[in-house]
Amino acid sequence: MIEKILLISLVLFMIAIALLLYRVIVGPSMPDRAIGLDTIGVNLISSIAIVSILLKTKAFLEAILILGILAFIGTIAFSKYIERGVIVERKSNR
Amino acid sequence: MTVLANTLVVLFISVGVIFIAVAAVGLFRLPDLYTRAHAASKSATLGVMSVLIGVFFHFWLIENHFNPRILLGILFIFMTGPVGGHIMSRSSYIAGVKPWSGTIRDDLKPEIERMKKEQNIQD
Repeated sequence: MIEKILLISLVLFMIAIALLLYRVIVGPSMPDRAIGLDTIGVNLISSIAIVSILLKTKAFLEAILILGILAFIGTIAFSKYIERGVIVERKSNR
Repeated sequence: MTVLANTLVVLFISVGVIFIAVAAVGLFRLPDLYTRAHAASKSATLGVMSVLIGVFFHFWLIENHFNPRILLGILFIFMTGPVGGHIMSRSSYIAGVKPWSGTIRDDLKPEIERMKKEQNIQD
């Protein structure tokens, strides 16, 4: 019973990732694609959590935290690039 | 007891899955970058937090394994999801992405123009 519900939720995550891929490919501006990629990261986090229930293992639970941190750093880097054109700024000479 | 724990887990996970699916439909259908960022940051954050709480209860109540990393992940996502959405929409406004044509008020526009004028005077 619970396995069927988990499989149905994985299928829903697949449909959600397909919709977000449409937004990543078509999206009219650059920040649209960045927001789509950020939400794909969120979907991957919850898919990893559900897959670790289905496989009855605890080994994947560290990947949740690491993927959250990587998605946040990616979003910050993209937004700094969109706003200023550089990611890591140089020291000013004044 | 196991039936009760399973009911709790299934409840939390299904609520989270519904919220994430609604967030994806919102990113597909909404007309504008700012409305899309609104859907993505709030709804997807609540959905993934609910799914992770369900997984945490499954490992705690059924397999007797208290895992603090999932709680740390929930806390981290709760802090960083809305911050990421805010920074992304702010930088896209500064970079010049126009709001939807049905927008009535734009309170940020005079503020940004005032900031640009002050910076020109300083330079």
